[in-house]
Amino acid sequence: VTEETALTLFQQQDANRRRTVWLILCFVLFFAWLGFGGDYIYALSTAHAPPAQQHHVWWFGFVMLGIGGVLAWYAYRTGPEKVLWATGAEEVIEPADAREKQLVNVVEEMAIAAGVPRPRIWIVPDPDPNAFATGNAPEHAHVAVTRGLIDLCDRDELQAVIGHELGHVKNLDVRLMTTLAALVGAVLLIRNGTSRIFASGRNGDGRGRRSNLGPLAGILLVVWILSWILAPLIAQLLAVAVSRKREYLADAMGAQFTRNPLALARALEKIEASGAPTTRLRSGAAHMCIADPLGSRLGRQDGRLADVLATHPPMAKRIAILKGMGYAQLKREGGAIP
Amino acid sequence: MSAWILLVLLVVVVLWVVAAYNGLVSLKNQTLNAFKQIDVQLKRRHDLIPNLVNAVRGAMDFEKDTLEAVIQARNQAVNVNAAGPEAVKQISHAENVLSGALSRLMVVVERYPQLKATANIGQLQEELTSTENKVAFARQLYNDTATQYNTKQQQFPTSLVAGWAHAERAALWEIEDTAERVVPRVDLSMKPKT
Repeated sequence: VTEETALTLFQQQDANRRRTVWLILCFVLFFAWLGFGGDYIYALSTAHAPPAQQHHVWWFGFVMLGIGGVLAWYAYRTGPEKVLWATGAEEVIEPADAREKQLVNVVEEMAIAAGVPRPRIWIVPDPDPNAFATGNAPEHAHVAVTRGLIDLCDRDELQAVIGHELGHVKNLDVRLMTTLAALVGAVLLIRNGTSRIFASGRNGDGRGRRSNLGPLAGILLVVWILSWILAPLIAQLLAVAVSRKREYLADAMGAQFTRNPLALARALEKIEASGAPTTRLRSGAAHMCIADPLGSRLGRQDGRLADVLATHPPMAKRIAILKGMGYAQLKREGGAIP
Repeated sequence: MSAWILLVLLVVVVLWVVAAYNGLVSLKNQTLNAFKQIDVQLKRRHDLIPNLVNAVRGAMDFEKDTLEAVIQARNQAVNVNAAGPEAVKQISHAENVLSGALSRLMVVVERYPQLKATANIGQLQEELTSTENKVAFARQLYNDTATQYNTKQQQFPTSLVAGWAHAERAALWEIEDTAERVVPRVDLSMKPKT
């Protein structure tokens, strides 16, 4: 088992590095399209006008490209901080009580088992049990759990959850997921800002300039505006597509670290049973959590729609797989099946 | 034409040899690093034990033997560890003995509710559990990495490069002496022994 998971580990890491690069490239290219495309449409729409009134804002594309590049760089660099800040997490520096001390110990143990440096530990003040990991590299990783998780889970279960999170850290899922969360956040923010500008622009001089748009410019304009509107949706669909399979893999890695798949199965059952939404973890970071924080019922079924839309695989399936592993292990070791 | 094919084949083979060699070297270093990690955790455990023993000594006059066993096992382990990483067998034996002594101490602590009631002991128990887990997980990581390294150097195409890359079988850290872990039965009924 270790041989196979270890071999695929490098492939996983490579794939995640590659995908992060692609993601950032697409983001920057999207801005380039908004800039150069917008400029091109503007030029086309005024092409029939006398030369003095033709518009060609040549620098607009480069400005947008620059903005896209700076935003992507900023999102990549500050992504982990932003995600943690958005959840209101507080770092555990000196454990305040016995439970926090236990959390710190468990994280240290799992870091040893995973062979990664000890991540920084954060607690999200939310009564619903959930956990996530973030960071750009195993050397600068963060693990956050909610207060609810600490209260709900016993030592073994907490260990299993942290093992799952460190699985994400070790195979560099965190880099891709954090970058994605930061970029989705940036797109949403810009959309909210620009939709206001568009709205005010339409009321203002929109009617005055009913210029004769050619059919090409018209189509381009529609596509251009659509990409403004659809960008956040696409980004979120991407988050969905990117995160689902990873949960199975992280479950398996967590089980490999703890050698106790049944503890993770128990933890997931407990988390599932208290299916209230984790209000602190908003939609932007939903794909990073161990269980869907939105409390959507989609996770409960295994239909085609659920497969397309849920950020997380069905909990029942994950638990069943983990129990299968656990029983196989018990059988090998000659223990009694509970 | 055939010269080209030969050349391409040669390049492929050379690239493969380089990749296999580097893979083995990387695994070797990972194995060594994992071994160092065990060492770090063992040192931590050795440092923790005197504090632990001092904390329970006052309350546990009646369990002198158990405490003595822990202290002796600890000192023995420290001595063997000073010998360096060559003595893997002795180190792992001494550490297993220490693990056994510690788990007996834990069981004994469980058995005295008035001892358990002190918050201090609760904390110490958590620390001890964590320390034992850390040692166990460091060992697990070492064994996993070493197994991977051993398998790699024995499997067919890579085995051709193994000698050249100075790959040698890494010894696994074994858990021996299961008898050490068996919990002793303590008779508290004060009946005379027959």
